[in-house]
Amino acid sequence: MSVDGIGARVARKEDRRFLTGKGRYTDDMSVPGMKFAVFVRSPHAHATIKSIDAKAAKTMPGVIDVLDGKQLQADGIGNLICGWMIHSKDGSPMKMGAWRPLADKTVRYVGDAVAIVVADSVAEARDAAEAVAVDYEPLPVVTDPVEALGEGQPQIHSEAPKNLIFDWELGDAAAVDRAIAAAAHVTEMKIVNNRLSPNAMEPRAALGIYDAGDDHYTCYTTSQNPHLARLVMSAFYNVAPENKLRVIAPDVGGGFGSKIYIYPEEIVCLWASKRTGVPVKWTADRTEAFLTDAHGRDHVSTVKMAFDGNNRITALKVDTIANLGAYMSLFSSCVPTYLYATLLSGQYAIPAIHANVRTVYTNTAPVDAYRGAGRPEATYLLERTMETAARELGLPPGELRRINFIRTFPHQTPVIMNYDAGDYEASLNAAMEAADWNGFAARRAEAERRGMKRGIGMSCYIEACGLAPSAAVGSLGAGVGLWESAEVRVNAVGTIEVMTGSHSHGQGHETTFAQLVAERFGVPIDSVNIVHGDTDKVQMGMGTYGSRSGAVGMSAVAKALDKVEAKAKKVAAHLMEADERDVVIEDGALKVAGTDKSVPWSQVALASYTAHNLPSGMEPGLKESAFYDPSNFTFPAGCHICEVEVDPETGQTKIVQFVAADDFGNIINPMIVEGQVHGGLAQGIGQALLEGVHYDDSGQLLTASYMDYAMPRADDLPSFKVTTSNTPCPGNPLGVKGCGEAGAIGSPPALINAVTDAIGNNEITMPATPQKVWAAAQAAH
Amino acid sequence: MAKITMTVNGRQVSGLCDDRTLLVHFIRENLGLTGTHVGCDTTQCGACVVDMDGQSVKSCSILAVQAAGSSITTIEGLSANGELHPVQAAFKAHHGLQCGFCTPGMVMTAVDMIRRHGSNLDEATVRAELEGNICRCTGYHNIVQAILAAAAEMGGARHAAE
Repeated sequence: MSVDGIGARVARKEDRRFLTGKGRYTDDMSVPGMKFAVFVRSPHAHATIKSIDAKAAKTMPGVIDVLDGKQLQADGIGNLICGWMIHSKDGSPMKMGAWRPLADKTVRYVGDAVAIVVADSVAEARDAAEAVAVDYEPLPVVTDPVEALGEGQPQIHSEAPKNLIFDWELGDAAAVDRAIAAAAHVTEMKIVNNRLSPNAMEPRAALGIYDAGDDHYTCYTTSQNPHLARLVMSAFYNVAPENKLRVIAPDVGGGFGSKIYIYPEEIVCLWASKRTGVPVKWTADRTEAFLTDAHGRDHVSTVKMAFDGNNRITALKVDTIANLGAYMSLFSSCVPTYLYATLLSGQYAIPAIHANVRTVYTNTAPVDAYRGAGRPEATYLLERTMETAARELGLPPGELRRINFIRTFPHQTPVIMNYDAGDYEASLNAAMEAADWNGFAARRAEAERRGMKRGIGMSCYIEACGLAPSAAVGSLGAGVGLWESAEVRVNAVGTIEVMTGSHSHGQGHETTFAQLVAERFGVPIDSVNIVHGDTDKVQMGMGTYGSRSGAVGMSAVAKALDKVEAKAKKVAAHLMEADERDVVIEDGALKVAGTDKSVPWSQVALASYTAHNLPSGMEPGLKESAFYDPSNFTFPAGCHICEVEVDPETGQTKIVQFVAADDFGNIINPMIVEGQVHGGLAQGIGQALLEGVHYDDSGQLLTASYMDYAMPRADDLPSFKVTTSNTPCPGNPLGVKGCGEAGAIGSPPALINAVTDAIGNNEITMPATPQKVWAAAQAAH
Repeated sequence: MAKITMTVNGRQVSGLCDDRTLLVHFIRENLGLTGTHVGCDTTQCGACVVDMDGQSVKSCSILAVQAAGSSITTIEGLSANGELHPVQAAFKAHHGLQCGFCTPGMVMTAVDMIRRHGSNLDEATVRAELEGNICRCTGYHNIVQAILAAAAEMGGARHAAE
């Protein structure tokens, strides 16, 4: 292994610029003549727009123009779409209502954009936006997903009667019902998965630049997938053809899913740049982020889990209502279906599973994928139910899980997924050992003497990552393929650039991707540059989400490296007058095995470009590209254990220990993997203890600032104990599985299982605030 | 509009700004020092922390005109000659940053924290002191490790010099 190669704890190459204030985020961009945009947004959750009067606003200081939805429509800009078709169980396609980038007739949630003001400064644009007179006729509002399906509720989109988008199912309902009827024990629960705001620290931003000379557009934007943004803005929104649109996602300050989607603002900024003739930059403030960034989760479910007399699960029946908000965001439909119900087997051999999922419109912000996306919802449902079942059956929680673990692979679940590899007992054992599970009783007794209620809880999660085999997702309704592409360009002096369609917004690709190259060619990591985030520089790409950069993005790099290696060996063999099959690459040189013949890497690169002495018929150059389409999902899994102390006087929960034992397959950089786990755990703990999006009955967002939405702070969290027990993934060349989402997936049920264990009351919903915990603890007496 | 003058990163600068312009916007837009970030509108996130006359301030909570005549250090001025400040180096060594957006504010806060506490910092104190800086990526684990390591190194160095 090279010192900077696979498995090394290499400090990040990108850190210097971030640490010295030299990061370049979208809002940091400035171009000549640039003006600033502020959006006029609906203060109503549901209303008819009777008129928009911008006359006064247009005369205000610094104002360039005010543009609205009628003008946008007249210019042929298309509606936003959901790119994953789901069919209801009756065969009908999902009922997608129109989402105009600027609403022209109806607004459907607080924050819905109705006009854009472009001015010399943000302050002037903001002043003018206040002066745009929009005459609204308020309509009745519904924000609760269960209520939205009821009789007599407001109709949000005419295309979706009773606000039902689709009524979908997966699995064998009859088999499940038979198993439940014959069960020795059935555990039943109602599970609510609370609505969250992703809150990447960098607010969304867009800079639209129209060049009239070339009839060409450039868009700087806070995107996790610039190529996808270009594709969608070209193919569906009619902003510009792909060859006339460059999308650049420079440094991006966190995403967590919320920056996958193409939002109205980047479309409107590009269009407004052409209309006004000036570059137009918009940056969200935090309240706009809370109002308009796609939210996550928001499921209401019931579950029945059936057991035979040997405590083996015989069936699982799930009914879920998922709130998709006021409009269908880009991937919203796949989150509560193929990223959720397909994971309901968890780590367990369950013969029969049936899930029914209804998705609904409400007068709230659109809901889409947020770190984990469907898999946290499945895991929370399953692991809360397992814990409850263990308590009902009188079994230790680890024991019930052990009885039901899948132990042979590959394993076909009844809900599509085919698990390729894993060792669930190993991660359970590792977590229990790291948590000193057996010493808990003594710790609880000690806490009891101090008047504190101590509890412990576990969660055994599985997720499907490495999104995803293109043909498979296509057959399930995806509008795109989920391959990845890479190009490896060896320069004439031997330095190397890797163009990847993956996008780093905190994941450290500039380091980990370079480690692959350092490992392969034995070159210093500083001679390798990773290029990403610009459709003009990077050939193609599908971006970063679903923990796919390692399993899919790096696999594409590995394929391109194979091609470069093969050609470099041919060149070297020719130079050394040897057989290419005898050439090996070691320590930055190509050598003939078993001899002292050697040429340095840089010399092979130079020879490839001088082309003075290449094998007959060989093309000059040392640059190769590859597309990689995965053959299967990957299946990271693990066990999280949380130990808490609840103060019965205040209901305050303190996490005294949090252990994560994960199986991520092979690991490229353990330091970065640990960091990904830490961050995921913080978000999962945030969901379980602190965070929750709340709308009032009129659809006003009550949690629209950091004063009202409880983000995890440093003193809310413990230091974490993170360990791995890895089984290599057989499905990709690097054996990697993905680690970006696991923390957020496994941690919420572990924490709630611990809290309910502490207080002796299983009835609690997330976030487990002191008020709720105190009340539940009181009720337990 | 007001014309204001201040010292930023050791250099005297002047600029015209609205009375309502916040210091953070003066730093970012007038001076082009975009390392200081804006992550919220309620003085909660701490991405905009700078040093003003030896005190750590959130530059979103002070008007530019109020800062006239003061001496400001931003993240860009923390180190010189391509060397990393010990706190910056510790953040790198301990993987105390991911997306980098909160990082300038975190580093400036950490420098101030270590200046006030020296090497006496413990984990609980660091976590309490970070109350005004939000990070969504790291779960704070490695930020805390980085600050403790930097405090030990800087405190140790100071001790040796005394």
